[in-house]
Amino acid sequence: MSVQAPAQVQTAPVALPAVHSELVRRQTRLAWWLLLPSLLVVALVALVPLAQTVLASFTNERLASNRAVQFVGLKNYASLLTDDAFWHSIGVTVLFTILTVVFELVLGMGIALVVNSNFKGRGAMRAAMLVPWAIPTVVSAQMWRFMYHDVYGVFNDFLVVRLHVLPQNVAWIADPATSIPAIAAIDIWKTTPFMALLLLAGLQVIPTDIYEAADVDGANPVQQFISLTLPLLRPALVVALIFRTLDALRVFDVFYVIFGNRADTQTMAIYAQQTIVSFSDMGYGSAISVAIFLIIGIFVVAYVTIFKVEQS
Amino acid sequence: MDLEGAARRPYSRRAFLLGAVSASAAGVLAACTQPAAAPTTAPAAAPTTAAAPASPAAAASPAASPAALASPSPAAAAAASPAASPAASPAASPAASPGAVASPSPAAGGQFTIANPPPVPAANIASAKPYAGATITYYGDGVGQGNDLDKAAATQFQKDTGINVNVVARPQSSTDTFAQYQRFFQGQSPDLDVLMIDVIWPGQLASNLVDLGPKLGDASKNHYPGIVANDTINGTLVAMPFFSDFGILYYRSDLLQKYNISSPPKTWDELTQQATTIMNGEKGSNATFGGFVFQGSAYEGLTCNGLEWLSSSGAGNIVDNGKASFNNPQGIAVMNTAKGWVGTIAPRGVTTYQEEDARNTFQTGNAAFMRNWPYAYALAAANDSPVKGKFDVGPLPAASGQQPVGCIGGWALAASKYSKNPDASIEFIRYLTSPEFQTFRGVVGGYVPTIPSVAADPNVVQAQPYLTKVGNVTRVARPSAETGENYNQVSTYFFQGVNSILNGQDAASVVPMMQNQIDRLIG
Repeated sequence: MSVQAPAQVQTAPVALPAVHSELVRRQTRLAWWLLLPSLLVVALVALVPLAQTVLASFTNERLASNRAVQFVGLKNYASLLTDDAFWHSIGVTVLFTILTVVFELVLGMGIALVVNSNFKGRGAMRAAMLVPWAIPTVVSAQMWRFMYHDVYGVFNDFLVVRLHVLPQNVAWIADPATSIPAIAAIDIWKTTPFMALLLLAGLQVIPTDIYEAADVDGANPVQQFISLTLPLLRPALVVALIFRTLDALRVFDVFYVIFGNRADTQTMAIYAQQTIVSFSDMGYGSAISVAIFLIIGIFVVAYVTIFKVEQS
Repeated sequence: MDLEGAARRPYSRRAFLLGAVSASAAGVLAACTQPAAAPTTAPAAAPTTAAAPASPAAAASPAASPAALASPSPAAAAAASPAASPAASPAASPAASPGAVASPSPAAGGQFTIANPPPVPAANIASAKPYAGATITYYGDGVGQGNDLDKAAATQFQKDTGINVNVVARPQSSTDTFAQYQRFFQGQSPDLDVLMIDVIWPGQLASNLVDLGPKLGDASKNHYPGIVANDTINGTLVAMPFFSDFGILYYRSDLLQKYNISSPPKTWDELTQQATTIMNGEKGSNATFGGFVFQGSAYEGLTCNGLEWLSSSGAGNIVDNGKASFNNPQGIAVMNTAKGWVGTIAPRGVTTYQEEDARNTFQTGNAAFMRNWPYAYALAAANDSPVKGKFDVGPLPAASGQQPVGCIGGWALAASKYSKNPDASIEFIRYLTSPEFQTFRGVVGGYVPTIPSVAADPNVVQAQPYLTKVGNVTRVARPSAETGENYNQVSTYFFQGVNSILNGQDAASVVPMMQNQIDRLIG
């Protein structure tokens, strides 16, 4: 593999020749036929439920009920605009997203850089670092819940009883001041390995000779990182950020296990679930789901625009 | 890999790592199987979902047992739960009290033990025989001993009638249980045959339940008319009463005696004073001692606790005459009183406690007072309970000048309309709600009967002394009948508001907001 120069070359789209040859047309048609099965699967699995949800959001449908479904137009969306609980849940979700993505990025980058270097046991280290990511979220959330317990928890035992760092037991989950940081810690513990893995994959394709050249030029490690590693890592960074931000915006399982239906820590997904399942209100719940979809869509568009993901 | 370097080492790195890992694994295993670890992990093993490991050894199995993950209601596990349900009952049984399975009835005659349920009555066998060989799935109790009693019933029923019953423990939280049933009914799934439904659900689930009137209408006449009326929607009997419930106060009579307190508290202020006295005395020897534990988590159980606070202070019954009725000075005052308990006489984490958390705290001797349902009595009085013989029960306190109340709870049994074996299901319900089986449950499990003749049975009275002690307390019902299919939403607004008050917000600002939300919904 030849070493690509680290240039940000923008390739202009190549214009097709004015005369479309029969060969080109035939190949394009073949390509469409070959893609058709995948497109059908995507349409069935993703587009059909989405369309059903959008349709349901314009009705007053109720879950597990035989009542006739009526079309109510935009009434659900109008209620959504004045729904304080929904806006609060957006705030909680965005706060959680910012906290977790920032920490995971920084810690994940650090771990990726360490694991990228050559040392004995690197293979085992890479496998071991994925253990938090491999444990199902519900199980690890339950585990952390025990650790955070205000009477029997490990954290209080260490910090209060053994090390005397804190004066008295802290109710990490119950106290509103510590609840979001506590749950962010769980998610950071769980997902940093995933970020590290994505960034590691990006680091591994960076050739090492440019670092040698930078050493010859007298650049110190920090300068090398900022001007060599970061720009070359940008595609992997964007992928990792998009993955994590979308996951964090849709977070449900860890919040449900730790907080249940507590009002001040509801995320958008929990609020949607509560409306659909506890209140049996499919119509309004579908409107909430569509709103979540649009909010996440905004984030994706923002990311792609800001980072200008270009064709290779 | 740098083989050169490895060959030069005086010791083998691989052997060192192997030794270190096995030594730490052995240490962890040794610590986990210590008998002293069992009491402390058992109380902590009572979260909202049924995935709680009941013993340290079982702590290793949640990851391995898919069924344990299937019982809680997160949406991701929904598809797995019907398939995993036959295997779920041994793994998911949250018998958090050590030894609850083996303990015989504390007080009554020796013939009532979990291992020895009553045989199926002859008339029941006759009507069930045509359906022998059928297999039905029963979503039964998941709290306390309920699952063990259900399994005993299933075994006996199978032996006597030939109908196989798969017992699945429902999630501990009734909110989660409702979500489970919603999923089954929305999908019109045949995987659910007999289900245990809360006293507040007949109105919301009626359209998905079989009409029990034709086959069980006569049997229903044996039960208290008020409970049967609650289970009858638009003239259709959709559920048979299984057991009744009401909130009561548990107190440590030995500690009351030790601190020269002559009688349990009659008012909420007395409760605060007595709890403070006892806590100050016990803190020295037990740093985690709490004065009063109750259900403060944001779920349906908090609506019960909140209703008791309001009703015992003359502040109404949440919804009266179609409107929210708790926005008055007494209501706000009692809510602020409850807020004052958190962190002082109640552990700060009480806002995350459900029934089992409170029971474990009290039963391990770490609380002086507890508000809970009667089911906890039999468990706390069992032979292996640290507080056996040291506690008693009484009516809950009230505001001075007001009457004590208890929130009505209780569960009923229903059959799903989408079941493939509705007749076999009805026969199993007939057995479970028979006077014989209810007497058995009353003596062994302490479940409050719904049949007057069973409530008068001397064995039951002996096993449930609170039936006489708190028998005359006014029972208050949650507004499920008035609010119909909106009840869950009304209750959610209520318990979310109360939970935020308990977590520190001022009742004077939260209570009007709760009233607005509820009135907008039902007005």
